[in-house]
Amino acid sequence: MSEDAAAEHVVELRAVTRAYGSPPTVALNGVDLRIAAGEMLAIVGPSGSGKSTLLNIIGSLDRASAGDTRIAGHEVNRMSDAELSALRAHAIGFVFQQFHLSDGVTALDNVATGLLYTGMPARERRRKAEVALRRVGLGDRLRHHPRQLSGGERQRVAIARAVVGEPSLLLADEPTGSLDTKAGAGVVEILAELNRSGTTVVVITHDQELAERMPRQVRLRDGEIVADERGVAA
Amino acid sequence: MSRPRASRPGAAPARSRLRPGDLLALGFHGLRARPLRAVLSSLGIAIGIAAMIAVIGISTSSQALVKERLSELGTNLLTVTGGSDLLGQEVPLAEGAVAAIRRIPGVQHAGSTAALADVNVYRNSEIAPSRTGGLSVAAADLELLDATGTQMLTGAWLNEATAQYPTVVLGRAAAERLGIQSPGSLVWLGGAHFSVLGILDSSVLVPELDSMALIGEPVARQLFGHTGNPTTIYERSDDARVGAVRTLLPPTLSPEKPSAVKVSRPSDALAAKNTVDQAFTGLLVGVGSIALLVGGIGVANTMVISVLERRREIGLRRSLGATRRHIRQQFLLEAVLLAAAGGLAGTALGWLITAIAARANGWALAIPPEVLVAGVAVTAVVGAIAGLLPAVRAARTSPTAALSS
Ligand SMILES: Nc1ncnc2c1ncn2[C@@H]1O[C@H](COP(=O)(O)OP(=O)(O)OP(=O)(O)O)[C@@H](O)[C@H]1O
Ligand SMILES: [Mg+2]
Repeated sequence: MSEDAAAEHVVELRAVTRAYGSPPTVALNGVDLRIAAGEMLAIVGPSGSGKSTLLNIIGSLDRASAGDTRIAGHEVNRMSDAELSALRAHAIGFVFQQFHLSDGVTALDNVATGLLYTGMPARERRRKAEVALRRVGLGDRLRHHPRQLSGGERQRVAIARAVVGEPSLLLADEPTGSLDTKAGAGVVEILAELNRSGTTVVVITHDQELAERMPRQVRLRDGEIVADERGVAA
Repeated sequence: MSRPRASRPGAAPARSRLRPGDLLALGFHGLRARPLRAVLSSLGIAIGIAAMIAVIGISTSSQALVKERLSELGTNLLTVTGGSDLLGQEVPLAEGAVAAIRRIPGVQHAGSTAALADVNVYRNSEIAPSRTGGLSVAAADLELLDATGTQMLTGAWLNEATAQYPTVVLGRAAAERLGIQSPGSLVWLGGAHFSVLGILDSSVLVPELDSMALIGEPVARQLFGHTGNPTTIYERSDDARVGAVRTLLPPTLSPEKPSAVKVSRPSDALAAKNTVDQAFTGLLVGVGSIALLVGGIGVANTMVISVLERRREIGLRRSLGATRRHIRQQFLLEAVLLAAAGGLAGTALGWLITAIAARANGWALAIPPEVLVAGVAVTAVVGAIAGLLPAVRAARTSPTAALSS
């Protein structure tokens, strides 16, 4: 992998610092991170080390206090709210620990919501949602409501929602945090499968075992990257 | 993947876009998610608009009845009097006044009464002269009945023949007070026996005839020295000519002093009597507006709470690509729909109240449709104003709200 082929990098952070409030508490301190297209990596570190803060910045939900952030080739600091929203609508997918599914709505419609802000007609959104649900192995749960699904199934619905728009970058914050080991393994398997088909996947996790199964692990402590290891697992 | 690298470096990404139909669905979804709260928070608006619609509806329905009655009675009746002099004495009109009025173009009927000042009517000769019972005696023109549009309750009106003899037609109240129920009875009028020819029905437009005893002009001249000067002239004309006739009347009757002649339109007075209630209507509309204002504050309050509760939903939508504007629109629309739902329910309720009131009073239901449309439109505007601040706050919610647990 050539380090200087900037165009190949989906994410490129240079000396990114994020400080909250005044006096400032520094959540991220001079982070340099490059993620190449098609990579899969885990971000690990103790609680409060800045993992979620880093993911927010990678996902363009938050802006760095200092430093340069490039996502999918775009200089985030120079983009308007509408442009960043467009980037999220088309190029980035998010998976959250608490799923954030809408209770009164079927799995299919929850997934279709992932395309709501692309302006796609409802019929086409549903059609794609069905494809995405089949992809995560929930082809037989289309009409189920979130309450009728297990935790692992709910997280798979949430993953389907994140990837229904075929984003180039998938970000997951503790996707297995609310699941037991077996369901968690299922979710990780789906993420790996998505990665094999070309999506860049970034996963925050506390689970050391899970992290070690990823090709790359970025270790944070006190807002700084203390290790960036490429395992042989891949 | 068909679009693995959606955005090449430097190329502007495709825009975020929310279809109008999807926005509408989002607005309704927000209400359906918490139906009880939606109902309770739009109740204030519903009550406010119901009160306003009911007030306006009841007022227009009752006025519709008055208008209907007036058009039955006719609004083309004018009453002419000579006015009063400096001492407050009524000035009689000229002898040929009625004939002169009949010559004005457009005049259909003209009739007159001439009050006979010192002549009184009693049941019989035994009654003390001071007990007049508030009744008055007047010489009547034969066309009076047609001009005023008064109906006979029983018996007959004066004619050329009977007007020559001591015969009398009584107003309804006069007949009651004199104890006369049927024609043929005798009354003691101006020191002579007069035979009752008939009794008039009471008239809404000319209530003064009610307490009168009307005798023919020839007999009045003969017995009581009537000079032929009428006191009041009643005139009916083509509807289209009422205004023109009205301006012609004073100069026709009194070319040298037209301002002394008083012309009035009884139907105007009747209509005015019914608009006295307008002040009361205004008060109720004011109360309705306050209810609407309080209802609007209720909606704003609900929306503010909703925004606080739904921070994660907002964060999720932002992560799915919603712009600030999309979030703002969603919450604004929700507030508008919330208020408009209250407005719709309130308008229906107001209509129902009006229908019940109209039925109870025997009116025809008459609410102008534009009032109903305005009712819903006003509530939608109230909703938009109430939702403005919450929507702006929702749009300001940090996109990271979905991630931070
Ligand atoms: N909105 C905020 N305002 C102020 N401080 C914040 C905010 N968000 C995060 N922080 C601080 O930044 C630091 C890093 O937080 P972050 O959420 O990134 O940690 P984390 O590694 O995700 O932890 P966890 O594993 O518990 O989720 C923490 O000290 C936290 O208190
Ligand atoms: Mg975190």
